[in-house]
Amino acid sequence: MSKEVKNYDVVIIGAGPAGLAAALACDDSKSVLLIEREARAGGILKQCIHDGFGLITFKEKLSGPEYADRYIDLVSEKKNVTLETLTFVTLVEKTESGFKINMTSRKGMQTVNAKSLILANGCRERTARQVNIHGDRPSGVMTAGNAQNFVNLMGLLPAKRCVILGSGDIGLIMARRLKLEGVDVVGVYEAKQTPSGLSRNIQQCLIDFDIPLHLSKTVTRVFGNRRVERVEISSVDANMCPILGTEEYFDCDALIVSVGLIPENEIAETLDVPMDMKTKGPFVDQNMMTLVDGIYSVGNALHVHDLVDYVSQVSEIAGKNIGHESKRDLVQVETQGCMYVVPQYIDMNSLDDKVDFFFRSKTDMLKAKVSVSVNGEEIYKKKYLALRPPEMEKISVPLNLKKGDKISFVLEAENESACPIDTE
Amino acid sequence: MKLTCIECPKGCMLTIEKTDAGVIVEGNDCIRGKRFGEKEATNPTRTIASTVKTVFEKMPVVSVRTSSEIPKGLIFQVMDEINKVVVKEIYPAGTILIPNVLNTGSNIIITTDMTKILK
Repeated sequence: MSKEVKNYDVVIIGAGPAGLAAALACDDSKSVLLIEREARAGGILKQCIHDGFGLITFKEKLSGPEYADRYIDLVSEKKNVTLETLTFVTLVEKTESGFKINMTSRKGMQTVNAKSLILANGCRERTARQVNIHGDRPSGVMTAGNAQNFVNLMGLLPAKRCVILGSGDIGLIMARRLKLEGVDVVGVYEAKQTPSGLSRNIQQCLIDFDIPLHLSKTVTRVFGNRRVERVEISSVDANMCPILGTEEYFDCDALIVSVGLIPENEIAETLDVPMDMKTKGPFVDQNMMTLVDGIYSVGNALHVHDLVDYVSQVSEIAGKNIGHESKRDLVQVETQGCMYVVPQYIDMNSLDDKVDFFFRSKTDMLKAKVSVSVNGEEIYKKKYLALRPPEMEKISVPLNLKKGDKISFVLEAENESACPIDTE
Repeated sequence: MKLTCIECPKGCMLTIEKTDAGVIVEGNDCIRGKRFGEKEATNPTRTIASTVKTVFEKMPVVSVRTSSEIPKGLIFQVMDEINKVVVKEIYPAGTILIPNVLNTGSNIIITTDMTKILK
């Protein structure tokens, strides 16, 4: 028996904010399959019930579910987009004309063909095991996203008295959320010397609720038989190594960790998509196409964003540019002084009038300047009063390149003497 | 006093001073920061988001938020009001669950479209 294999112009893996925005931006003439492993679209936004989403896109402060719903409604009106939920991609293979996607769902195993592939897999939380916490392995150790799922979707309270490790945004949001539900939040502990989350979340989630934030301290051991009973917290040195003799002990029944997010790129890796070690996502050009023709990467799979509005924006770029693929002529953006810059490449053959760059600073900076130069000549600059690594910045740079041009992206402290190569 | 503006992700560090002539706000990058600073000195407000129990097994809780900001000092009292409610019907997002909660002028509204989940 031969199974009918459906052909699509575009297959998008993941129907979170990135996948939804990409699907919405695809031209109506393109057949699009949007694959989601969960029972409904929306991704992590479903459980992000706090407000603050959509300030850029909709000029409103929406909750996560509301933001997702706007996109879900718009996508459902698009006749060219098919959404398959409870569907899990098991294997993607490169073919002569594009890609073959194997997936499993209640319908059984299925194979579809696609000319282009958009990877919108999002990111995953780093777990307690990944940050070397020693001691017992009782229940009650969970990620902040896990706790958020318990409280906001399942209606279960996973703690009575908890310690939060890591000052990532979800950790801060959950500190407030648990406090609102009557949980005794002992404090938020951060091994780094500066908080990882947005300043506004330190204010509205911790300071507003009198939840203490302890920097340069980390959880070194967990105690408990079946359930977490207490944790050991130690001060750390500048290299984040625990200092012997600084141990403190706190009784609690849960340890909630918010220690970073990692782009999910298992599928990209099986397709040999070259990865940027700085973003932990694929290298892309300004159309969000990876270095493998026809494969795009968007949203938090590309790099972890701090605003969903930006996730939607970059994903839209990919959706819009699908099918405009001609032979590419890529030039790498040379960067200096940033934690990372996306896109890392510019395709000169599909250059529009401007390119949006997203970047993060390596460290906290006061009075900094970003400059973009072509062949050593500055074509764009922007000054910042303050930059922090947790806060991603976006600049729109008018770009006009010809073959052989070199482009560089430099972030430097303003009062620093100019780099010797930049002789003016 | 010094505090971070929470109006947008930029998070400007504001210096707020109460004088006889009014409230002076410094460090704000935009007009919203100025307004936020002034309110913090006189009547600080916040929006809050939470969940409400339902009778539906497939969706044990539904997310809600205040439709507009409420006085900061009333946050836990508003939470108490929210926790008194049990949702027994299937509502779309935007449905007002508690009108004018504690006379704040703000409504508690549903933010997850229950009709999409419980058809």
